[in-house]
Amino acid sequence: MGRITLVGVRKSFGATTVIKGADLDIADGSFVVFVGPSGCGKTTLLRLIAGLEDVSAGLILIDGANVVDVPAAKRGLSMVFQSYALYPHMSVRGNIGFGLKMAGLPRDEIKRKVDAAAATLNLTPYLDRKPRELSGGQRQRVAIGRAIVREPKAFLFDEPLSNLDAALRVQMRLEVSKLQRQLGTTAIYVTHDQVEAMTMADRIVVLNAGNVEQYGSPLELYERPANLFVAGFIGSPRMNFIGREAAQRHGAATIGIRPEHLAASRDGEGWEGRVSVAEHLGSDTFLYVDVPQIGSLTARLVGELGLTMGDRVRLRPDPDRIHRFSEDGKAIRP
Amino acid sequence: MARRVPTGRTLVMTLLAWGVGFVIFFPILWMGLASFKTELEAFATPPSFLFFDWTTENYAAVQGRSDYVHHAVNSVVVAGGSVLIALLIAIPAAWSMAFAPSRHTRDILLWMLSTKMMPPVGVLVPIYLIYRNFGLLDSRIGLVLVLCLGNLPIVVWMLFTYFKEIPKDILEAARMDGATVSKELVYVLTPMAVPGIASTVLLNVILAWNEAFWTLNLSTSEAAPLTVFIASYSSPEGLFWAKLSAASTLAIAPILVLGWFSQRQLVRGLTFGAVK
Repeated sequence: MGRITLVGVRKSFGATTVIKGADLDIADGSFVVFVGPSGCGKTTLLRLIAGLEDVSAGLILIDGANVVDVPAAKRGLSMVFQSYALYPHMSVRGNIGFGLKMAGLPRDEIKRKVDAAAATLNLTPYLDRKPRELSGGQRQRVAIGRAIVREPKAFLFDEPLSNLDAALRVQMRLEVSKLQRQLGTTAIYVTHDQVEAMTMADRIVVLNAGNVEQYGSPLELYERPANLFVAGFIGSPRMNFIGREAAQRHGAATIGIRPEHLAASRDGEGWEGRVSVAEHLGSDTFLYVDVPQIGSLTARLVGELGLTMGDRVRLRPDPDRIHRFSEDGKAIRP
Repeated sequence: MARRVPTGRTLVMTLLAWGVGFVIFFPILWMGLASFKTELEAFATPPSFLFFDWTTENYAAVQGRSDYVHHAVNSVVVAGGSVLIALLIAIPAAWSMAFAPSRHTRDILLWMLSTKMMPPVGVLVPIYLIYRNFGLLDSRIGLVLVLCLGNLPIVVWMLFTYFKEIPKDILEAARMDGATVSKELVYVLTPMAVPGIASTVLLNVILAWNEAFWTLNLSTSEAAPLTVFIASYSSPEGLFWAKLSAASTLAIAPILVLGWFSQRQLVRGLTFGAVK
């Protein structure tokens, strides 16, 4: 079991408030990703749940029990650090088995569990090596092995893939997802990479400047962003925001249109503009278009249209996919 | 192609280094030589450097007059014991300063260092009286205690510098793995800091071994380490250079050997933090 509930959690360092009151309910067995720009407090929130930092106010419940005063060692959670944080003086076997040794398990049981975890992670040939003799990806696996072997109530991941190269990152992303589904253990995963967030999460927590901006499934965030920040943060390329008259026509202070929901044609209806940059990716084309009165818009087109710099183009938004926002940045729901 | 060595410059620097080394080592060499001379030759002007009648009679005389082994054992107990106890106190202290600093950590560190700036003679009388009242005069426990307290600031400072280099993440990982603070110290921090702890132990054993002020003032015979053994040869009834030299050579021999074999750790310990 591993249901984690946060009630009004606040954290201040001196005069600076880093977490300004977080309320979350993380269901048992779900994969929740904390995402946000750097400095938004996502790692702090994870460390508060881990018990590596003390909360300034609020409750953290694990399976209904308040753990605010329980030290990290006794919360029954395990963590994978960005730097891996392996014990350099211990072999891979020692690293993975350390938590079990601390729990006082008998030696043969530790061996059995470590062997099983190593087999799951393809680490069996490396069990007697020291961390310095392993590659980055292998170290990452050892860190994950150390986390899973203890059968914790939840895994906490602190940007675990950010030190890997791009190809390995995609591979490990899949493996971590697969492993978590297999084990069915609750996971909280911190990242600044929205692709990781969208692909791995059951639910995403978008954080900004210490506030939870929205908590929902990836598609919910994409299709119904709660406010301007979430709308701009989720989705790549970024959503286009248009103010003034164009927005007032829709009864909003700002409207947002995702680049993939703009149709482009050489003539016909829509905003007329001039292509400033065209990026051809083969499968898609990104057009950066300067539209008088409105500003620069990004459009994502499937396939090739043969448009290049300086061409005139008309952009027409998909009327069902226009996001409306009020003066204070909140989404206006019909 | 072999690398071209600027021979002239290297030669000068090498000679200079050897020269400085020789000047520093000369008193020890002179003492060693004097210990093999007769008392008469030890006094002679001009002194003979190598060509004299080598004799070991001084060593025999020193051994006959006082019990070298007794003092040597005391030195080992006092130096080793004081450093061991200092370590037991300093490891947790340095851990808390390095990994759980409070607002006052810096001040405490500087305050500890400042105690080393005070001349020890300033507290001789109070400490002497305390020791007399508690029956600690001329006891090994008393010497261990005073040397331990004397070296504690250095031990804490050195360990603090080493611990600072250890990534905090690793200790946090141990905590997440269910390690209590004491287990974290025993299984993770201490083994990772072994090189640093070794240099600290070495340097402080040497400092404690050579410490003369407190050992001379607080012990006479029972607990007297080698420093007292040397001092007993500079007696008011006249100096016996050769015998004094023989006693001194005997006293520094163990630490000289220890230092010789642990040069690398010592140099690392003394320059740590300066170069990274």
